[in-house]
Amino acid sequence: MMSEKVLMRGNEAVGEGAIRAGCRYFFGYPITPQNELFEYMARRLPEVGGLFLQSESELSGINMVFGAASGGARCMTSSSGPGFTLMGEGFTSLAAAQLPAVVVCVSRSGPGLGRISSAQSDYRLATRGGGHGDYQCLVLGPGNAQELYELTYQAFELADHYRNPVIILSDAILGQMMEPVDIEVLPELDTPRKEWAVRGKGENPRKVIKLAPYTDEELIDWNLKLKEKYQQAKDKEQRHEALYTDEASVVVVAFGSTGRIAMDAVMKARQEGIPVGLFRPISLWPFPEKALRELLPGVKKFLVLEANNGQMIEDVHLTVCDHAQVVHYGVGGGHIFTPNEIYGEIVKLEQMK
Amino acid sequence: MNSTEGMKVVFKRPSAMTDLPFPYCPGCSHGTIHRLVAEVMDELGATNKAIGITSAGCSVRNWRQFDCDMVMALHGRGPAVATGLKRVRPDAVVFTYQGDGDLAAIGTGEIVHAASRCERITVIYVNNGVFGATGGQQAPTTIIGQKTTSYPSGRDPEFSGYPLKMAEMLSLVSPRSYIARSSVHDVKNTLAAKKAIREAFLVQIRDEGFGLVEVLATCPTNWRLDPVSCMERIKSEVIPYYPLGTFSRTHKET
Repeated sequence: MMSEKVLMRGNEAVGEGAIRAGCRYFFGYPITPQNELFEYMARRLPEVGGLFLQSESELSGINMVFGAASGGARCMTSSSGPGFTLMGEGFTSLAAAQLPAVVVCVSRSGPGLGRISSAQSDYRLATRGGGHGDYQCLVLGPGNAQELYELTYQAFELADHYRNPVIILSDAILGQMMEPVDIEVLPELDTPRKEWAVRGKGENPRKVIKLAPYTDEELIDWNLKLKEKYQQAKDKEQRHEALYTDEASVVVVAFGSTGRIAMDAVMKARQEGIPVGLFRPISLWPFPEKALRELLPGVKKFLVLEANNGQMIEDVHLTVCDHAQVVHYGVGGGHIFTPNEIYGEIVKLEQMK
Repeated sequence: MNSTEGMKVVFKRPSAMTDLPFPYCPGCSHGTIHRLVAEVMDELGATNKAIGITSAGCSVRNWRQFDCDMVMALHGRGPAVATGLKRVRPDAVVFTYQGDGDLAAIGTGEIVHAASRCERITVIYVNNGVFGATGGQQAPTTIIGQKTTSYPSGRDPEFSGYPLKMAEMLSLVSPRSYIARSSVHDVKNTLAAKKAIREAFLVQIRDEGFGLVEVLATCPTNWRLDPVSCMERIKSEVIPYYPLGTFSRTHKET
């Protein structure tokens, strides 16, 4: 049976993935370049009996998500860099209270106010949690509209499984591009019943959703439990795509929209006989270190391509250490790579001693 | 004779209150206000449906005192957390309990917008004119001339701003609401405060609007006054600036 595909903007594919996964609550604030997702949810949620509520800021929005999550809902918010920064307290409190939520960041150029051009400059903020204290958010980095749909859907399942916030790290290019998306490939989900959620105690003992325990000893215990939880996520949730890396001595490492552009350059270089492959992280936290490490010692050189001043390269360095040469190419502020430009860098690196 | 035959209970701890001791300073109004809230919840049959939202400040641990479902919220964010929660659990009776730093400083944005949306929540707003938990710094509600650790020579409004009258302000933005200011410095006012708190819960339960009671409170530790003098100060200094009364009533009171 031929599956019908729907032509969708990337931002909308995220929205449809959320609704397919049973998300029925969106609280958020407008910001370019995610407004299409915002408006999609404003239109679609009432159609499925859900609620769209505009908050007065991203700070308020993430706290509304906290409230909805504590009541057992599948809920989400979305923003871009400046709003993502405002949500910092939300990430750490969701993680502390062990509440599930999905937060979408459609990155734009920064720092500060930035502009609305595309960039990948929120990698560090997302993969290092976004707020204070010892915790992590799971972070997924889709590279096309189908992944925007499917990974957003998976994000809700992951959030409930780990009782933790999950971030979808998109960008302005991914958000705006239009591609066919196969919706039917994933089954519709309902919100599962969450026994730990608050709904009024009824005849049962009351429940408390805590941001912190009552004693110092308990807090150390909490931190140990979180550490174990994140170790489990590290063991089980690493994802990546690897193309032609078996035969490669140079590997391009790129995520999100940059992964797409790099593909063209890698194919061109391979046609010229350069033994180059592409390693595309799909989980950004946990970083797919296991698969990347398996490329050693065969791969001697890694070209880390990202539209920022050097963020994912830190994770590549941590994984590869001194076992290979690691070079960064890219800049923040809205630069868009071309395949020719990347091809030039591949050639340069391949020729470097 | 130690039998209780022929005796009946006329006063006891409300079921909405746990039996854990209060952590508050002697003479602090939190104890009284907690009790009023618990009594009202019991009397309205709301305790089993209630979800209380704590805030930062001395009352941060009041999840230990209220025997209903509780959610801890970050400083000032109670009204936003309550909004999300009430929209997901419209049958629950959702209330926040916030101090003046929480509601009138860091949380000003959240309370104004929750009030403007007429969220069906109940806000218990405890105004004692200082940041108590952190050692007595100036709050948005500190009265002109009042000395605090931030400004030891006393509040100069031309320098650090004029005190905020939240009950009045919020009544301007909330067309479906019950908003009142009460005090607990003597028996008569404590009984009136209980009535106001009851209305603030009823306006939610009857799906009529947003409910808020600003309760003037004492802080003997940071006012550096004994508890009785604190009660006197409420009468002589605080009420003249923060008048008691009802500022918004857009429904039928019971």
